[in-house]
Amino acid sequence: MKKLFILGKEDRPSLPAIVCSWLLVCIFIVVFFWISLHAIQTTFDFSFIADFHIRLLKGFGMTLLLSLASFIVSLFLGVISAAGQGSRLLPIRCLCTLYVTFIRGTPLIMQIYLFFYIIGTAWGIENRFLAGVLILSIFEGAYITEILRGSLLSIDAAQLEAARAVGFTHAQTIRWVILPQLIARTLPALTGQLASIIKDSSLLSMIAVIEITQTIREITATNFRLFEGYFFLGILYLCLTLPVTLASKVLERRFRYEN
Amino acid sequence: MKIEFQQLSRQFEDGRIVLDSINFSDEIRTLAIIGPSGGGKSTLLRILGGLLLPTSGEVFVNGSPIPQNEEQLQRYRKEIGFVFQQGGLFRHMTALENIQIPLVQVHHYSERSAKERALELLERFGLKEDSHKRPFQLSGGQQQRVAIARAIAARPRFLLLDEPTSALDPEYTTEVLDIVNELKNEGMELIIVTHEMGFARHACEKAAFLCQGRLMEYGDSHTLFTHPQTPQLEQFLGRLLEWNI
Ligand SMILES: Nc1ncnc2c1ncn2[C@@H]1O[C@H](COP(=O)(O)OP(=O)(O)O)[C@@H](O)[C@H]1O
Ligand SMILES: [Mg+2]
Repeated sequence: MKKLFILGKEDRPSLPAIVCSWLLVCIFIVVFFWISLHAIQTTFDFSFIADFHIRLLKGFGMTLLLSLASFIVSLFLGVISAAGQGSRLLPIRCLCTLYVTFIRGTPLIMQIYLFFYIIGTAWGIENRFLAGVLILSIFEGAYITEILRGSLLSIDAAQLEAARAVGFTHAQTIRWVILPQLIARTLPALTGQLASIIKDSSLLSMIAVIEITQTIREITATNFRLFEGYFFLGILYLCLTLPVTLASKVLERRFRYEN
Repeated sequence: MKIEFQQLSRQFEDGRIVLDSINFSDEIRTLAIIGPSGGGKSTLLRILGGLLLPTSGEVFVNGSPIPQNEEQLQRYRKEIGFVFQQGGLFRHMTALENIQIPLVQVHHYSERSAKERALELLERFGLKEDSHKRPFQLSGGQQQRVAIARAIAARPRFLLLDEPTSALDPEYTTEVLDIVNELKNEGMELIIVTHEMGFARHACEKAAFLCQGRLMEYGDSHTLFTHPQTPQLEQFLGRLLEWNI
């Protein structure tokens, strides 16, 4: 019995032990929620999923689209700003550093309101999807800058000297040495960042982009099925983030030689 | 090959003089460069390999100066094999790719003939089973054998080796030095920086003693080891022998 739940210092958990523990945790969670919900005398009613399935599907599609578009644009911004931080033009370097510092040092929700005001009012971008993608990309781009910058700096000088020694040109060094090592080093982290983007996109509901969180907010505002609505929302996000996280893990293992 | 240094000097940004007006000229087949750490051995070898430019002075190889501009340097480096102390293999490539890709990209071999050449060398150096392993999956000695295979794959004019065994456990040192010796016996001309005095003395025709940026002694390796002329070399050799069995 003890063997099932407590690991010795050097032990690896056995399969039955793993299953038992997971089961225990699941039972605990279910009971906890059941008691909590019983206290406020709720009954479960997930019928809204069928009733609103078109809106839900649209919202889910919007979240997917927002995330993918933002991922691409933020990658683009990240590459530019990572390169800019190594620029020999000092003002460019300052600008990129300022960008990264400001974005990483302030909460997304503040940036959403600030940029939506600037982008929407001053630049006249009325399209909320476009504004959302821009704002989210600016935010995530700063984190991607850090990921790229870190691995660029950590490329071994010995590898670059070896590239010169075998006779590679600059272009060949980039193609055959720097890029593959950079990709191997950043791809797992970048994939992880995609999971963050998916989750962060929910905050765009604040400026009424009708993505999945906003859709659920609107639905629950009329049917008051708050628990079911947000529970279902959580499941939907997990459907997106779990595969992405898994992919990130697989990539990490695939590029194991980096460590 | 004929190597010639004229007033060769190298200074780094911090102002320290690492090579101090070295003059030298001789016909070399195998040369061992010995000397204390920080004496400038790697710097000299990197200059010879076209990886670093001298601050002043000139280097001639077979009568022609080592070029100054990057484009000509690239062409110069292509014709030389360079083996580093460690970490010289591309870590994201397998042993096979480490040899094959430069052959294709730099020396314009076809994919097939490059692969054939790479496999031939890997087999010769006892690495047939390891051709699809990445450097981190190989022992230090295996890594250095791959590095040597890569360096000689395109049949370079000569081979430069910078302490190829210094990072290795003693039991791997021999397997690497055996290969170098074998190449020498086949007529490969080479310059090796090494702390393996037995190898310097018995396998290399000539030896040079580099200390504090100056070429203190040069000559037949036997004579250099048996009749050191400077107190520095005498002291250097004495230290090495202190713990000999
Ligand atoms: N890139 C560099 N910048 C500054 N100093 C260097 C650089 N490379 C080597 N040195 C210095 O030059 C001296 C000689 O180095 P090196 O040629 O590597 O000596 P050795 O190979 O004989 O041990 C050392 O004191 C080292 O610190
Ligand atoms: Mg050295």
